Amino acid sequence: MQYQSQAVAKPYFIAAIVLFVAQILFGLVMGLQYVWGDFLFPEIPFNVARMVHTNTLIVWLLFGFMGAAYYLVPEEAETELHAPWLARLMFWVFLVAAGLTVAGYLLVPYATLAELTMNDLLPTMGREFLEQPTIIKIGIVIVALAFLFNIGMTVLKGRKTVVSLVLLLGLLGLAVFFLFAFYVPDNLVLDKYYWWWVVHLWVEGVWELILGAILAFVLIKITGVDREVIEKWLYVIIAMTLITGIIGTGHHYYWIGTPHYWQWWGSIFSAMEPIPFFMMTVYAFNMVNRRRRNHPNKPATLWALGTAVMAFLGAGVWGFLHTLAPINYYTHGTQITAAHGHMAFYGAYVMIVLTIISYAMPILRGRTAANSNKSQVLEMWSFWLMTVSMVFITLFLTGAGILQAYLQRVSDAPQSFMVVQDQIALFYWLRELAGVVFLIGLVVYIASFFVGSSDPEATVEAQV
Amino acid sequence: MSGTFTKSMARNIFYGGAVFFFLLFVALTFDTTRALPKYDNRGAITPEVALGKRIWEENDCIGCHTLLGEGAYFAPELGNVYTRYGNSKEAIMAFIKSRPKEGIPGRRSMPQFNFSDEQLNALAEFLKYTSEIDTAGWPPNVQG
Repeated sequence: MQYQSQAVAKPYFIAAIVLFVAQILFGLVMGLQYVWGDFLFPEIPFNVARMVHTNTLIVWLLFGFMGAAYYLVPEEAETELHAPWLARLMFWVFLVAAGLTVAGYLLVPYATLAELTMNDLLPTMGREFLEQPTIIKIGIVIVALAFLFNIGMTVLKGRKTVVSLVLLLGLLGLAVFFLFAFYVPDNLVLDKYYWWWVVHLWVEGVWELILGAILAFVLIKITGVDREVIEKWLYVIIAMTLITGIIGTGHHYYWIGTPHYWQWWGSIFSAMEPIPFFMMTVYAFNMVNRRRRNHPNKPATLWALGTAVMAFLGAGVWGFLHTLAPINYYTHGTQITAAHGHMAFYGAYVMIVLTIISYAMPILRGRTAANSNKSQVLEMWSFWLMTVSMVFITLFLTGAGILQAYLQRVSDAPQSFMVVQDQIALFYWLRELAGVVFLIGLVVYIASFFVGSSDPEATVEAQV
Repeated sequence: MSGTFTKSMARNIFYGGAVFFFLLFVALTFDTTRALPKYDNRGAITPEVALGKRIWEENDCIGCHTLLGEGAYFAPELGNVYTRYGNSKEAIMAFIKSRPKEGIPGRRSMPQFNFSDEQLNALAEFLKYTSEIDTAGWPPNVQG
């Protein structure tokens, strides 16, 4: 570790992994409820499990992004973090807020939670992914502002690299677009229109800047390729991201009561959204092939390449599958959407956070550069177990989605939702099975932190 | 990338592209906002509809159902449930009211929310208003 204050990243990464476990456990509950309808009913209805599943995902990714920023910004800026105490304080504020929110979802009915937190004063609850009580949302804004201030001041007083500027821009956008979470008009169309300013402009906009910056940082470190080359790629990739992705928001405006011209804008621009992801794959492999040194941390390289490939498949290819309006007419709101959501989030965001954790955690735990061989082997096993099972989850959900769209919407005798659900249950069982393998992968991942801790560090010579 | 394509060119494409396309998006949003009254059925937003939307939100209905295709995929689409139920508010209210408290063995079931008649009516009004939004012909058929 080059700067003492980088150490504040460690609790952020640990919290991220703990919430990751919670996310997966509740995912398995939901998966089971798809085929065993009254599992845990009425104690944990599906919607509650889903809120825990999606909200813990978002929060642990945010923990990961913040940890990444606290780790890499001092190194990029070549100076200590502006206020390490503030970072430590905000960690606890954020963790307590997340814990209270999950407890609230699980312990009381959602309507009671709304009443307890006085949702009537400023109603923001009950929208997908933004279910947190208003007071928690205000807390998120405070944490985000304190975090941005801390990171911003650090960048200002130190070296200003492209990596840290792009990261800062992405984090700033994340905070700014979150403010639309407070706008909940009675007009459903307007509500949905601006809801996407949080959701789409996050995941297909500013979050990709964060992804790009973290990936660039790790690639610079593990390949030793000239920063100038990597930064040029980074600019081109994120340029394409925003050029295609901002108007690409239109692919959510086909069927929600907006003018019909959005079918053209949305189809054309979102059809180009795979381009930056494809470029990212080419670039990641290119940089690793042109590496000037062999870094002893092999899993970090694997995650970095993996995130590029899986983001391209999940966000790029699976996004393209149903983004054109005439196709989306039949697939909108089916398991096709779920398939895309799972692989895109895993590929682009889960894997980038695991990339930076893989790179930084050994150093934060006192290693020079890498874990022992034993630990690395285990971590790479977890990479393959989780990644391959996610591919299968996606394929099974895609199968379910194609059948669902056909039976319910395309065929001459359309059948009702629940009748169709019964017919595609086999795919849900297979998805659940793949989910169990994912959980095994996650257990192996966690084990990799505890195995071989007393063994010597892996070296490059030992591996070549 | 070749030597003639410099980092500052890449940077300019990024900033220029981001600003240009964001402004274009704002312009399209402006146009959408002007055109929206023709599509969004805002004339039908009564106090009951607004109350119904609040009840919809405060019970996290979106956590199982889709509404105009957005939400969770565990339970049926409700954007067109009013038409699917034969343009009947009463049928919607009766369905919500009759959900068994302990669920249905082995099956997915909607929880029993113990809504008052006023709340049920507001929810049904909200779903009726939603069904009359111009969604460009979506969903393809009444099954949602």
